[in-house]
Amino acid sequence: MSAVLEVKDLRTTFPLAGRRVPIVDGISFSVDAGQVLAIVGESGSGKSITALSVLRLVPKPGRIDGGRVLLDGKNLLEANIPAMRRVRGHDIAMIFQEPMTSLNPVVRVGAQVMEAVLLHERVSKAAARDRGLELFRRVGIPDPVARFDAYPHQLSGGLKQRVMIAMALVTRPRVLLADEPTTALDVTIQAQILELMRELQRDFRTAIVLITHDLGVVNELADEIAVMYAGRFVERGAREAVLSQPSHPYTQGLLASMPSRNEPGKPLYEIRGVVPGPDRWPPGCRFCDRCDEAIDVCRDTVPGPVQLEPGHVAWCHVVERARRGGAQ
Amino acid sequence: MLAYVVRRLSYGALVVLGVLFFLFVLFFAVSTPDDIARRAIGDKAMPEVIEQWKINHGYDKPKWPGPGQWSDNLLVEHYRRMLTFDFGRSDADGTPILDRIAKGAGPSLALTLPMFAIGLVIGLTLSLFVAFFRETYIDKAGVFLAVLGMSVSVLLYIIAGQFLLGKVLKWFPVSGFDPAPGVLWRFLALPVAVGVIASLGSDVRFYRTVFVEEIHKDYVRTARAKGCGEGRIMSRHVLGNAMIPVLTNVVMVIPFLFTGALLTEAFFGIPGLGSLTVDAINANDFSTLRSMVYISALLFVVAQILTDISYTLVDPRVRLE
Amino acid sequence: MIPSPPLAFVPQLAMTEPARAALTSNLIVGALLVGLALAIRSIRKDDVWREAFQQVWARRKVPVVILGLYVFVALLDSVTWVGASGALEDQVAAHEARSVLDRMFTGTTEKSYSAPFATQEFYDASALRHPRRHPLGTNILGQDVLYMTLKGARVALLIGGLTSLIAIPLALFFGVSAGYFGRRIDDVVFFLMNTLASMPSILLLIALIMAMGRSTLSVCVALGVTSWVAFCRLSRGETMKLREMDYVHAARSLGVSNVRIVLRHIVPNLMHLVVITFVLMFSGLVLSEAVLSWLGIGVDGSWGQMIAQAKDELSREPAIWWNVTAAGVALFGLLLAVNLIGDALRDVLDPRTLRERG
Repeated sequence: MSAVLEVKDLRTTFPLAGRRVPIVDGISFSVDAGQVLAIVGESGSGKSITALSVLRLVPKPGRIDGGRVLLDGKNLLEANIPAMRRVRGHDIAMIFQEPMTSLNPVVRVGAQVMEAVLLHERVSKAAARDRGLELFRRVGIPDPVARFDAYPHQLSGGLKQRVMIAMALVTRPRVLLADEPTTALDVTIQAQILELMRELQRDFRTAIVLITHDLGVVNELADEIAVMYAGRFVERGAREAVLSQPSHPYTQGLLASMPSRNEPGKPLYEIRGVVPGPDRWPPGCRFCDRCDEAIDVCRDTVPGPVQLEPGHVAWCHVVERARRGGAQ
Repeated sequence: MLAYVVRRLSYGALVVLGVLFFLFVLFFAVSTPDDIARRAIGDKAMPEVIEQWKINHGYDKPKWPGPGQWSDNLLVEHYRRMLTFDFGRSDADGTPILDRIAKGAGPSLALTLPMFAIGLVIGLTLSLFVAFFRETYIDKAGVFLAVLGMSVSVLLYIIAGQFLLGKVLKWFPVSGFDPAPGVLWRFLALPVAVGVIASLGSDVRFYRTVFVEEIHKDYVRTARAKGCGEGRIMSRHVLGNAMIPVLTNVVMVIPFLFTGALLTEAFFGIPGLGSLTVDAINANDFSTLRSMVYISALLFVVAQILTDISYTLVDPRVRLE
Repeated sequence: MIPSPPLAFVPQLAMTEPARAALTSNLIVGALLVGLALAIRSIRKDDVWREAFQQVWARRKVPVVILGLYVFVALLDSVTWVGASGALEDQVAAHEARSVLDRMFTGTTEKSYSAPFATQEFYDASALRHPRRHPLGTNILGQDVLYMTLKGARVALLIGGLTSLIAIPLALFFGVSAGYFGRRIDDVVFFLMNTLASMPSILLLIALIMAMGRSTLSVCVALGVTSWVAFCRLSRGETMKLREMDYVHAARSLGVSNVRIVLRHIVPNLMHLVVITFVLMFSGLVLSEAVLSWLGIGVDGSWGQMIAQAKDELSREPAIWWNVTAAGVALFGLLLAVNLIGDALRDVLDPRTLRERG
C-alpha cells in the first residue's frame, strides 16, 4: 500500500535572539490509507508545528525552511496558495485541541460544517446540509437535526469536538491531522471520541496523524508511534514494538512515568530535569542532559538512525553502541 | 426578553434620576440662583432687582425639601419639570426652550446622520483593508496616517476645511444653512466631509485593532484549515465577531446625532442643537444648558439600552440573563 | 545680564503675592520632578518595565526627543521668580513673577499684528520696534507669536499631565474597590459611573465649568471629572478578572489581608493599563481643552485659545495666518509625539507579551 502522505526532512524555524531556530528539525514520516500514526511528545516538542507545517499554516514569524511534504507524490511546499487551499479541508483536514475556541462563536455549527462542503464541492445548499446532517449522525451527535442549528456555546465540549470531527470528515479527506483532540475533554468523553475516531478510520479509510502527549490515547488508537523530543524524532516503530520494547532512554522514561506502570505506594518515576528551550540545545543529542545513560559522544554529535527491527528505528548513540556490541 | 428589557429600562430610569440630581447640584448648589441672576443682569445690580429676577424665573424657592416645603422647593420643582419636559424659557432671551430644541433637532440630524453613516462605511472599509494587509507596509503606513489624523484637533480640520475649500478654492459656501432640498447638500457637504475626516483617524485605529485581534483567534485558524481564503475569512468570519466591540462604539455615538457636532454647527452656521448649546454658553443661559444636558443624558441612556439589546442580535452567546 | 537675587527664594523677607505664587509654583514643579525621578528609578529596577521602555525608545526615538523638547520648554516657563533681570523695560514687570521664558522675551512687544520677519506693522505700515525679530510674527496685542506658542507648552502639559495624574489614581481607587470588594461598593460605583457616563462629556464639561467659574482649576477639575469614568470601568473589569486568578484565591485562603492582596497582586498587574491610559488620556484632554478654549471657557494662554482667534483672523483680507499656524503646528507636534509613543507603548505592554516574558 503506497503512502498517502509522506513527509521528508521537514524543517520549520522560528526566530530567537537574531537566529532562526528549527522547532521542527528534520522530521520524516509517512502514513498509509486507513493507518494511524501517533506523534507523541511533551509540550514544546514541536509536534503541533509539525502538523501545521503539513498544511502550511505555521503562524508568523515561523517559516518552513526545508524538506518536502508529499501528497500523492506532489510536494505541497511547492504548491501555490490556491492549490494549497484546495488541499486544506478537502484532501487533508485538521482538528484542533480546544473545541471551545476553535469554532466560530457567532455562526451556527451546522453552517460551519456546510461551509467545509461548499468551499470544495459544487453542490447546492440543501445537498450540503444533508451531507452535514449525515456526518452529525455518523459522529454520534444525539438529536442531530436540532443540534445542527445550535451555536457552539450551546454544546458541551464533547459535542463540540464531534462537530469538529464532522466538519473535518464531511469532505472525506484522505488524511486527518488531529492535534490533541481529546486533551481538553473529560476522561469518559475522551474514550468515546477515541472510539468514534477508530470507527471512522475503519469506515472512511482515512489516514490519521494523531498528535498527543497522552500515552493512554496512543495505546487505544495508534498503529505506528513516533516519539518526538525537542524538534526531532527519537524513536519510531509499530505500536507493539515501541510500547513493549522501548529502546530510546526518553521513550523508556515516558513509559516508566505512566501511573499504571508504577507500583502503588512507591513514588512515581519521573524523568529528571525539564525540556530545554531552543537557546539551550546542545549540538548533539538534545536529550543528553536529562539522560541517565548519556556518553561523551552524545553531547557533540547528532545521533543517526539505528535500525532495531524492520520498521523500528531509534536515534541514540547508546543504542547504537549496544547494537554494535551485540552484533560482535 | 421582556423581563430583561423591563429591568434595563428601570435601571436606565434610575440613572436618569441620578443624572437629574447631579444636574440639580451642579446648577443650583455649586452655582447658586444668585450667581445665575448676577450673571444674567450684571454684578452691580441692586439686591431687589436680583430678587425680582429670581422670582420671575422661578428661582426664589428654597432649594431642598424640608418641613413645610416638601413639594414647594427647587429640587422637586426641578425633577417635576424635567421629567415632564416643561423646560420653561431661556434665561437669555425668554423663548420657550422646548420649541427651540424641537426646531434645532432637524438641522442637527441633517448634519450628523450623513456624517455618521458615511464615516462608518469608510472607516470600516479602510480598517478591513489595512487589517487584511497587516504587518505589511500598507498596514504600517495606514496606522501611521491614522495616528496622524488623530493628533490633529477638530478645530484645525474645520478651519482648514473652511479656509481652503471655502475661501481659497471657493468650492463650497463657507457657512450657512438653507433647507431648500436642492440647495441643502451644498451647505452640508463641507461640514459632513470635515466631520468624517476628523474622526477617521481614531476610528480606523480602533477598528483595525479589533479586526487584528479577531484574526489571531483559534476559529480563524480552523477556517483556514478548512480552505477558506483570507478574503472570505475577513468578510464571513472576522467581521461578524468584530461587530460586538464595534457596535458599542457605534451605538454610543447616537446621542451625538441629536446634540449635534457642537463645533461643526457653530463654525458652519447650521442652526441645530449644537449651535443652541454654544449660544447658551456664550449667553450664560443656564436653563437652556440644563435642558440640553438632560436631553442628551436621556438619549445616552436610551442608546445604552439599545446597545445591550443589539448585543443579543449580534452575539448569540449573550442570552438575556 | 546678571539677575538680582530672586526675592522669592529668601523666606525671611516679606513675601508679596506674586512671590508667594511663584514659590508655590516652583515647589509644585519641584515635587513633580522628584516624583518623576522616583518613577524612573523604580522602572529601571524592574526588568520587564525597563525592557518595555527601552523597546519604545528604540522604536520611537524621534517622538520621544520631541516630547522631551516640549517638556524642556514647559520647564523653562515653570521656574518663576520675582525680580528684575537688568534691562530697562524690566523694571515695570519686575514685581510680577516671571519665568525664564518670560524673561527671554521681555520687551519684545509691538503695537499689534505683524507678519513673520516683517519690518512694519501689518495694518498701519508703521515701523516695528524690533524689525525682523519676530520669526512667527505678532498677535493682536503685539506679543511675539513664538513666545506665545512656547508658553502654550506649559499650559498643554499642565492640562494633560496634571489632570491625568489626579484622575487616574482616583479612577484606579474606585475601580479596584468596586471590582475587588464587589456587591454594595460595586453597585454604588457602577451606578456613579453610569450616571456620569450618561452625560456627553463636552456638555458635562461645559456645565461643570459654567457652574464652577472659568478658572484654570475648574477646567482641570471638570476635565478630571469627565475622564475618570473610562479608566474606572477598565480597572474594575480587570480587577474582577484578576480576583478570580488562582494566586489570589491562594493568597486569600492563606489569610493574607485584602489590602495586601490588592496592593501586591492586583494593582501591579494593572500598571500597564495605567501607563497606556495616561498617555492616551493626555492627548484627549489637550484636544478637549482646545475645544473648550474655542467655546471661550478654556485655560488662558493655551494653544486652543490662539486657534480660537483664527476664525476671525483668517476671514480678513489679507488673512492673518501665522497665529493659528504656529499654535496648530505646536499642538499637532505634541499630540503626534504623544500618540506615537502611546501606540508603541501599547504594543510593547500588550498583556500577551508581558505574560510570555513572565
